[in-house]
Amino acid sequence: MTLQKAILTILHGVSIIFPAHPVLDHALPKLSEYGFFNDPIKDQVPSEQVLPYSIASPLFSDYAEKLRFIKVPKDEVISHDRDLDLEYPEGTFLIKTFYYLDDIRDIDSERRLIETRLLKKTSSEWIAIPYVWNEEQTDAVLALAGDRTNVSWIHQDGNPINILYSIPNMNQCKSCHVYNNIQQPIGPKVRNLNIDFRYDEGIKNQLDKWISVGILESFNASEPLPKTANYEDPHDGSLDERARAWLDINCAHCHRQGGPAETSGLYLDLEESDPTKLGIFKPPVAAGRGSGNRRYNIVPGKPEESIMEYRITSTDPGVMMPELNRRLLHAEGLKLIQDWIKAMPGGR
Amino acid sequence: MAEFERDLQLKLILAEPGDTIRLESGLFPILGTLSMEGKRDVVIKGTGVNSTILNFSTQVEGAQGLSITNCKNIILEDFTVQDAKGDAIKCQYTDGITFRRVKAQWLGGPRPTNGAYGLYPVQCENVLVEHCIAVAASDAGIYVGQSKNIIVRFSEAFDNVAGIEIENSTRADVYGNNVHGNTGGILVFDLPDLPVKEGRQVRIFDNIIKDNNLDNFAPEGNIVGKVPAGTGIMVMATEMVEVFENTIINNKTAGTAIVSYFITEEETKDSQYNPYTSSIYIHHNIYRRTPQIPTLDHDMGLLLFFHFFRDVPDIIYDGMPDPRYVGRDDVIPNSRRLCISDNVDANYLNLGLSKNFESWYSPFFADFNTDDNECKCIQDPLPEVTLKIDH
Repeated sequence: MTLQKAILTILHGVSIIFPAHPVLDHALPKLSEYGFFNDPIKDQVPSEQVLPYSIASPLFSDYAEKLRFIKVPKDEVISHDRDLDLEYPEGTFLIKTFYYLDDIRDIDSERRLIETRLLKKTSSEWIAIPYVWNEEQTDAVLALAGDRTNVSWIHQDGNPINILYSIPNMNQCKSCHVYNNIQQPIGPKVRNLNIDFRYDEGIKNQLDKWISVGILESFNASEPLPKTANYEDPHDGSLDERARAWLDINCAHCHRQGGPAETSGLYLDLEESDPTKLGIFKPPVAAGRGSGNRRYNIVPGKPEESIMEYRITSTDPGVMMPELNRRLLHAEGLKLIQDWIKAMPGGR
Repeated sequence: MAEFERDLQLKLILAEPGDTIRLESGLFPILGTLSMEGKRDVVIKGTGVNSTILNFSTQVEGAQGLSITNCKNIILEDFTVQDAKGDAIKCQYTDGITFRRVKAQWLGGPRPTNGAYGLYPVQCENVLVEHCIAVAASDAGIYVGQSKNIIVRFSEAFDNVAGIEIENSTRADVYGNNVHGNTGGILVFDLPDLPVKEGRQVRIFDNIIKDNNLDNFAPEGNIVGKVPAGTGIMVMATEMVEVFENTIINNKTAGTAIVSYFITEEETKDSQYNPYTSSIYIHHNIYRRTPQIPTLDHDMGLLLFFHFFRDVPDIIYDGMPDPRYVGRDDVIPNSRRLCISDNVDANYLNLGLSKNFESWYSPFFADFNTDDNECKCIQDPLPEVTLKIDH
């Protein structure tokens, strides 16, 4: 038994000896062992070669706050093709830490780190490696099977919220991060990264920064690069652009051609333009009680008759969308989608 | 997380080719979807449907009970999944999936709040379902969707909206099943606006399809919600379907219905979709039906009631042939039409939908034909399905 397997066995209290598994060739038992952060690592101060970043429109995950980092191996560079798809070099890490502030309204309040998810680019594919923070917040340990933990905080309205937060297991990571059966990052695309970020030395466009530190191939400056709207900013883009940005980051990792929810025929990625595929007057296929007794995914002008609105509103695990990592309603997202459907012309 | 759940999930993550993951006897509450991803040659085996029970009634996370994706040659045997919030066992993108002596059940009986599908392979190839039981799914008990090479046999489905459904799938044999007490017994559907369509080549034979008269409890919006209570077999918008040697008893509205997508009164803009049936062959079935009132909760049932009262016909055709095959003088080659032969006690009805398209459901304008001479013909039998599967 190798050390890793031994630790894994102890960590999970499992008495059987596991055979080799590809993830174990890459996964270290503790987050601290990667050296991504300066001590104490709960402060999440990145070490050299690790760069913090943000994306234009974030996935909603029960109001958890997120810290994102990227580490590209020394002397390697992210390239891109004509469609601006990014090709990350082998050995790249994408690092995402989920945390809660004790009081969501006060960024100086105490914070509790819950989990850190790694995506590592191997020679052949991306692999997902989940870590769960210990109570003392001194380190996070490998948790391939995920976990559940109670978290509580004071919400925007001043009321306390308490939920059983789910830390996805390795398979659940892939269930979102999959495209044509291959594991992929979701957030860090050109259009999501093309925003300003507050670095120690000042505010700078992230793509410019990545190019200047030598981890990203530069672009031909003939046309401006695309940028996803920030759905949280009512002044960024049109209502349609913000709603589509919300659907893109929250739904389209499954709901797109080649995604796991393609069986539904509902495609919600920013690139989709076919009204039926976007859900307009589209009857459900395998929604079951997820239809909520509504006939179409979207009825223009009528969110209260649209299945999409019903499933975004629900917190029943057999009905709600997205399926994972959500106990709570994303009230702001719901309002956005309601407004979007309400404003849609072409009712019949 | 409970130890059993964490332990099992970890085994599913770390399984290697050739492994058998054994589930001990017991009733195990599970709070989240169990998932297996990217594995090959793995068996998940319990001790029996009455002894190994995974119960999801307190599920807080994930829509399915057990989810299998992107695998090859997986066998599920001898366990029960109860009360999943969504589908009981879903299997996607998998070549070679066997469900053997597996049960999916919602304990409270038929309720719209039950999960949609019991056993649910979708976008799979080489699917074998045998000796399984599916109870009280709010859509279909055994549902095979967008798949190829399928055998569903020796299984039982009851208290579901649809007992067994083959949807947008190619090459399926459904035989030796006992399908009773559902809203509709066996459905063969082809639906628009899906990535995989043009379902075809389905054989339904040697089944007992009895008393499928349960009130439709599917949540509205779902296509099975349109199935009239009292349907034995319904073939919709599919080509090449052979229905033979079944015993079809006491399904109060339609022993066997052959219909186009138009019957749903849904619109579709899918230009690649074919809404018609063609090459349908119904032969050597036994029909039996005690006189009774068809469902009055459905336009078709009402229509039948007004015309036939308690003696509704057994085989109901909507009369919408595929225009591609209608030649000069309205002649359709036998190989492309609906052929009915050698059934026992089968009364026939053609709803003449093509002639009454706007008002087919109006009992006063309908122009029916009950003379089955128009479909007395035979077709070549469809080939047997062979699975390319290593076990």
